Amino acid sequence: MEGWDKGTKSVVGEIPLLSIRAGPRDGEAWRQRLKEEYRALIAYTSVNKAKDNDWFRISAANPEGARWEGTCWYVHNLRRYEFPLQFDIPVAYPQVAPEIELPTLDGKTHKMYRGGKICLTVHFKPLWAKNCPRFGIAHALCLGLAPWLAAEVPILVDSGMVKHKDDEAAPSEASGSAPAAAS
Amino acid sequence: MEEEQLRALLRDLDALKQRPDDTASIERMRERVLALMNPAAAAACAAAARSKIKDMSSEVVDSNPYSRLMALQRMGVVDNYERIRDYSVAIVGIGGVGSVAAEMLTRCGIGRLLLYDYDTVELANMNRLFFRPEQSYSLNITTVNGFETFLASLKARSSHERSTGVDLVLSCVDNYEARMVVNQACNELGQTWMESGCSIWSDRPREVCGFEYKGVVAGLLVQNALKYLLKFGQVSPYLGYNSLKDYFPTMEMRPNPQCSNPACVQRQKEYMEAKPARDAAAKAKMEAEASAADEGPIHLDNDWNISVLDDDDATTSSIRSSADILPEGLVRELPDADSYPEPPAPVSSSAIDDDLEELQRQLHALNSS
Repeated sequence: MEGWDKGTKSVVGEIPLLSIRAGPRDGEAWRQRLKEEYRALIAYTSVNKAKDNDWFRISAANPEGARWEGTCWYVHNLRRYEFPLQFDIPVAYPQVAPEIELPTLDGKTHKMYRGGKICLTVHFKPLWAKNCPRFGIAHALCLGLAPWLAAEVPILVDSGMVKHKDDEAAPSEASGSAPAAAS
Repeated sequence: MEEEQLRALLRDLDALKQRPDDTASIERMRERVLALMNPAAAAACAAAARSKIKDMSSEVVDSNPYSRLMALQRMGVVDNYERIRDYSVAIVGIGGVGSVAAEMLTRCGIGRLLLYDYDTVELANMNRLFFRPEQSYSLNITTVNGFETFLASLKARSSHERSTGVDLVLSCVDNYEARMVVNQACNELGQTWMESGCSIWSDRPREVCGFEYKGVVAGLLVQNALKYLLKFGQVSPYLGYNSLKDYFPTMEMRPNPQCSNPACVQRQKEYMEAKPARDAAAKAKMEAEASAADEGPIHLDNDWNISVLDDDDATTSSIRSSADILPEGLVRELPDADSYPEPPAPVSSSAIDDDLEELQRQLHALNSS
């Protein structure tokens, strides 16, 4: 995996790989796949907590497990910026990776398609294709969303496109100053 | 549907704020509102437009909208061009290529067009498009619900007497995900489809992938479609176009016998079983053409090249086709999946004992801590 930072590489090695090639229309096979997805998510969340890098919450938004919602956050200059996230499991999954959406950032960055779908690096899709069907939702978060946040949030915050929610609540106090690093 | 139209109007109104002097757009939006308020009146208005012509005449007079099209028949290129009105074509993706292809097919007299796009059609795009936004299916075909809607709409009977479903699907999407979905749908339905795409290579992007290039791609796609539907000329399995060099590689697309998609494998099997019938038909056709050869050129030459894939019932999973050497100038976009000789740690190949609800509880517990 050239082009990935060491931290990401070491974490992704600890996420269990999946084996069942099934999409949301595949009945019982999809249920088995979902179990593998949950197992991977549980492992990944535990690893994150152990490394003091808990950065997302996610759960299935419908009983079929074809839609997922949650929150992710990123700490920049000691302040935590939260973003709701959502995505559908595409019909051609797992051959096709899920397109993760951050709806509150829609229109604020060029690295995003309409509706808030994050635009992933040129590394991600080939990596997903090479590892199909062993990668799942947890991998998409670890190798897709996490690097995206790391690359984009600092820019969004520093340019003023994204304000911390405390600053939004009291605009008069924040006027004239960029979100300052809390001491 | 109405709600969608209202939402589309709202979006267009917002866009119009940037162009307060655009009276033409204001007029068009006014018409849309009126149509929504009074569908019966709108239908009457539409009926006042040119009424449908019963038979295509090849008479070369100014009042005959089909005279130039029927020329193909007069020249012996196409038998019975009028059959074009019996055919229905679905176009997935109404962007650069799809919109031009749709217009071309309309001008050729195609019977029915089904248009699909995920992006809502905005007024900003309307200079290129000749249909109104509410006349197309606006849905994301890659989700479970969207896919079912897509399948159902492809299968549905049209209002015409005979036709069920569509005769051809043209994929003009701009992303891998949607291509795979069209592939999946057509595999499941046993539907013939054609794929098209444009890609920009490296250092001089904007010059070569403008509207003119997309028009070329669309033209070749439609030409291939017409050849398939009206059964003339040779339908190319694959045709590529490098516009910088004017280079056109062709190749055979073969299905992948190890394809992981069960619908694909099933279609391959059916295709193989039908082979003797196909060979016999091809032989008969060649003999017929040989005897007709004295009558002069069979079809017009086509100088354009467009990236067109023709997939028959044995649809290929094109990214994973068996390791044929690619012609010069073509590269694979995505790698094949690695096949691991032994299962890599830490996967356990036995089924997970915990049931789904238990796993959900575990994740929820972690989420709350």
